[in-house]
Amino acid sequence: MSTGHILLGLLTERPKHGYELKREHDERLPGARPLAYGQVYATLQRLERDGRVAVAGTVQEAGPERTVYEITEEGTAEVRRWLAEVEPPAPYVSSPLFSRVVMALVAEGAADTYLLRQRAAHLERMRELTARKRAAGVSVGELLAADYALHHLDADLRWMETARQRIDDLIQEIRS
Amino acid sequence: MTLLEARHVEKAFGRTHALRGVSLTIESGETVAITGPSGSGKSTLLHCLSGIMSPESGEVHYAGRRIDDLDETARTRLRREDFGIVFQLDRLVPELTAVENVALPLLFAGRGRAEATTVALGRLDEVGAADVAESRPAELSGGQLQRVAIARALVTTPKVIFADEPTGALDSVAGERVLSLLMGAARANKATVVIVTHDNQVAAHADREIVLRDGALVGGVMA
Repeated sequence: MSTGHILLGLLTERPKHGYELKREHDERLPGARPLAYGQVYATLQRLERDGRVAVAGTVQEAGPERTVYEITEEGTAEVRRWLAEVEPPAPYVSSPLFSRVVMALVAEGAADTYLLRQRAAHLERMRELTARKRAAGVSVGELLAADYALHHLDADLRWMETARQRIDDLIQEIRS
Repeated sequence: MTLLEARHVEKAFGRTHALRGVSLTIESGETVAITGPSGSGKSTLLHCLSGIMSPESGEVHYAGRRIDDLDETARTRLRREDFGIVFQLDRLVPELTAVENVALPLLFAGRGRAEATTVALGRLDEVGAADVAESRPAELSGGQLQRVAIARALVTTPKVIFADEPTGALDSVAGERVLSLLMGAARANKATVVIVTHDNQVAAHADREIVLRDGALVGGVMA
C-alpha cells in the first residue's frame, strides 16, 4: 500500500485539492498516521508526472489559491489494479504479545496473573473503542477503524484463552 | 451503593460443582459482564443472582435484603417487579403477537390491558420493533425476536436487567445494534445491567468484567 494509491482512491469520487485530500485521508483513516501536507504535495507531483492525475483547475476559498487535481484514465486503471491484488495476510506470530504470552505460559506459575492483567488491559482498550463508537456524530471512517481494532484485540483475547486451555490440557495429560 | 451481592455462593448439579463459593458485589447503576469459558458457571451465577435458582449454600442479597431464602411466590414477584430478564433463546409465547408478548409482564403485575398495550407499544418503538408489533414470533427474524425480548425485559422499567448471551447467534452488526439498544435503554432508566457472555466485544460494552473459571472468580473482582 502506498500514499499514492490512497490519494488516487480518494480522487475516484471527484476532483479535489491537496488540502482536501489530506483532510479526507486523516478523517477516513483515523487509525493511520496523519499525512504531512508536504507529503501530499510531493505525492501529487509524482502522480502527475506518471500521468495518473492531472490538474483540473484552481479554486480560491477563504485561504490561498489551491490546485485541484483529477484522476486520469491511467490513474483509475492503477486503482483497479491495486484493489485487484490481495494484501498478504500478516504473520501475527511475530508480535510482542505472542512472545510474552508464550513465555508466561512457559515460565511456571507466571501465566495466570499475567494473562489476567493482559486481559484487563485489552478489555480496557476495547471499552474505550466501544465508547468511541457510541459517541454522537461518529463518522463511518471512525467506526471502521474502531471495529478493526476491536476485532484484532478480540482475536488476541480468544487466542490467549485457547493457549491457556491448551497448557492446562497438557498439564492434565502429564499428571494422569 | 451496593445493589446486588453474592456471599460464598455454592451450587452443584449432581457431582458437578457449578459454583464454588462465589462472592461479589454489584453497585447500583453499574453494567457488569460475567465472562468465562463454557461450563465455567456463568449462567448458573446469573440464575442465582436473579432468583431463578437457589444456591445450595451462601447468600444472595438485593437492595439490602436476603433473597435466596424467599419462597417461590416472593421470588417470582421480585423477578416480575424489579428484574428484567433476557435469555439467548428467548422463549416468546408463540401464540401471542409481539406486542402481546411485551405486555405480558405488565398484565402479570395486574395492570389493565389497554394500559399494558400502550406501554408495550412504546417499548417496541424504543427498540425499533414497532413495525412487527402484530407479528407472531414464528414470523420474526433472529434480530427482531431479540428486540422483542429486550422490549419485554424493559417493559416494567426494571431496576436490574439480567441478560444471558443477549446477542446470541446474531451477526456482529445486528448483535451490536441489539446490545446498544439494551444498554442505551438501561442507561436512560438508570438500571443496573448484568450480562453473561462469552463474547469479548459484548463484554466491552460493560463498565466492568467478572471472570469465572471452573465455578470460581478468577483473580477476584477486577475493575
